[in-house]
Amino acid sequence: MRNGLPFEWIASSRFLLEGRMQSVAILAGVSIGVGVIIFMSAALAGMQANFIRRVLSAQAHIVLLPPQEVARPLRERSAEAAIVQKPYQRVRSIDQWQKTMKEVGAMAAVSAVSPMASGPVLAVRGVASRAVTAMGVDPDLYYRIVPLPEKIVAGRARLNVDDIIIGTDLANDLGVSVGDKIVVTSGAGAGATLTISGIVDLGTKGANQRNTYVALHTAQALLGLVGGVSSIDVTVQDVYAAERIAQAIAAAQGVEADSWILTNAQFFSAVNAQIVANTTIRFFVGLAIAFGIAAVLIVSVVQKSKEIGILRAMGASRGQILRVFLLQGAVLGLLGSLAGSALGGAAIYLWQTFVRNPDGTPLFPMEQDPRLFAAAAVLATLTGLAAAVAPAMRGARLDPVVAIRG
Amino acid sequence: MAEAVVRLAGIRKAYNVGTPAEAEVLHGIDVALEKGDLCALMGPSGSGKSTLLNIVGLLDRPTSGQLSIDGRESSGLDDRALTELRGRSIGFVFQYHHLIPAFTALENVMMPMLVDRGRPDDAMRERAESLLESVGLTQWKDNLATNMSGGQQQRVAVARALAMNPALILADEPTGNLDTKSAQGVFDLLREVNRMRGTTLLIVTHNHELAAQCGRIVEIVDGRLTSDRRIHQEKRSTA
Repeated sequence: MRNGLPFEWIASSRFLLEGRMQSVAILAGVSIGVGVIIFMSAALAGMQANFIRRVLSAQAHIVLLPPQEVARPLRERSAEAAIVQKPYQRVRSIDQWQKTMKEVGAMAAVSAVSPMASGPVLAVRGVASRAVTAMGVDPDLYYRIVPLPEKIVAGRARLNVDDIIIGTDLANDLGVSVGDKIVVTSGAGAGATLTISGIVDLGTKGANQRNTYVALHTAQALLGLVGGVSSIDVTVQDVYAAERIAQAIAAAQGVEADSWILTNAQFFSAVNAQIVANTTIRFFVGLAIAFGIAAVLIVSVVQKSKEIGILRAMGASRGQILRVFLLQGAVLGLLGSLAGSALGGAAIYLWQTFVRNPDGTPLFPMEQDPRLFAAAAVLATLTGLAAAVAPAMRGARLDPVVAIRG
Repeated sequence: MAEAVVRLAGIRKAYNVGTPAEAEVLHGIDVALEKGDLCALMGPSGSGKSTLLNIVGLLDRPTSGQLSIDGRESSGLDDRALTELRGRSIGFVFQYHHLIPAFTALENVMMPMLVDRGRPDDAMRERAESLLESVGLTQWKDNLATNMSGGQQQRVAVARALAMNPALILADEPTGNLDTKSAQGVFDLLREVNRMRGTTLLIVTHNHELAAQCGRIVEIVDGRLTSDRRIHQEKRSTA
């Protein structure tokens, strides 16, 4: 009994120590629960962050496109039954793209913009040919959006007028390596012989087969888009705000603006389903923790009713008794969450160490976010406190006469 | 006449009031305990003496009647005020469950001061040590309450009852659970407290031998005061 400690602290810690078996058992329960919650949260956050990183490392957050061409039937009385055919969408430039790019680039939420002239071309080497997309970019601007130099597996990320960067699968298909020349022709008949300056791994087979990068001027010449661009790539500060920003740009600039959220809608519905399932499980684990603590404290109040009666006879107030048991709940929650954090952290570490892809890389990286542990500690303490309310009130309301007579 | 430490006037207590099972166990008790009284409360089982003791101890409220403790009228006090009056003016010695087992003898003696003042300090510790010394248990002070004999536990309980230097100590069959020798020892201790400190004592007991050593014997039967005798001073000392 140290000087200066409040009575409630002293009594609650003594009661917890006295019922050691009960305390240890409930602490084990709480820490397992908290460990599961922490592990699941870290797994969810890691999976999500990993997905987003993969998705966003190869594409812009928002892509600005020229508005779709629509057919405008002539409204004449005689033409009521006319069939309106959907027009084909040719490769077109964004009207006044320099102005649009400058204005979008000046927005506070936008971190980088880059023009692109892209369209379908044929990559030919000897008798082998592949249909690919030629993406004409200004490397200085584009690499701030998609860091191609980081994905280079051979050669360099250089883009002069007669350079081309291709994906690993296309290089395989065509049997080419850095320094080889391939012929690129467009549907309009324009063609160019380009030197492979680098080979990149974009992370997915589709992109590795299809994406080729050339200088903006080269693509403009190939696609008949001289002086124009077919799209503008945009990255934003907050990736989750992309859709909102895209709508704002579309409204202000009269262009189509597709955010990554829209183009990856399936991924988002999968993530949302994950979040719902995860939150449900975490909620019920939390509830189980609360009921466990409440059960232990209810038993403790019954076991200690004589002591409560004696304390009341000696002048302990109802408030003091109430706080003694509330504190026990909070302490159980806090200690359990500390042990649970250690348990969850260990599980995360083991998972990272032993559960790996066949190539030895982690299945997905999980981050040990200190905020997660802090949140778990605070939440578990509050849960313990809440769980203790009913038992503590019961203890405080005990009639000392009945309690002492036992 | 000496000042009254306890004054009961027309104390009635009924259970299940307002139901067909209503039963009155105290039918109007009038009694006053003066400062320095050593009073035995006797009566057959079911006579209402425990109920009376609980009412005097402010653990239970009378259905009607006036009760004042240490000069303070108790009716009209809320639970908080009653608790405070009880903590500061009344010490308890129970027959069973004497001490709180999670604490040492010394800490048990400190407990009434601790709940009153909130945090332990050296003054409390010193007072508790001197009280334990006065009941002859200094070398047992760090023992857990459960590691002591019944007589020792009851001595600690007496020291604890004295912690707040109360005007009144209530003892509910304090020796009922002890062998004859320990019982006499605890009783002597209570008498000494009464003589040395002038504390008013009200002791519920079935033991006529011990009761005979008290200065005053109050008897209740069926919820009514049937006798209130003062025993002569010399007779007590020769007993």
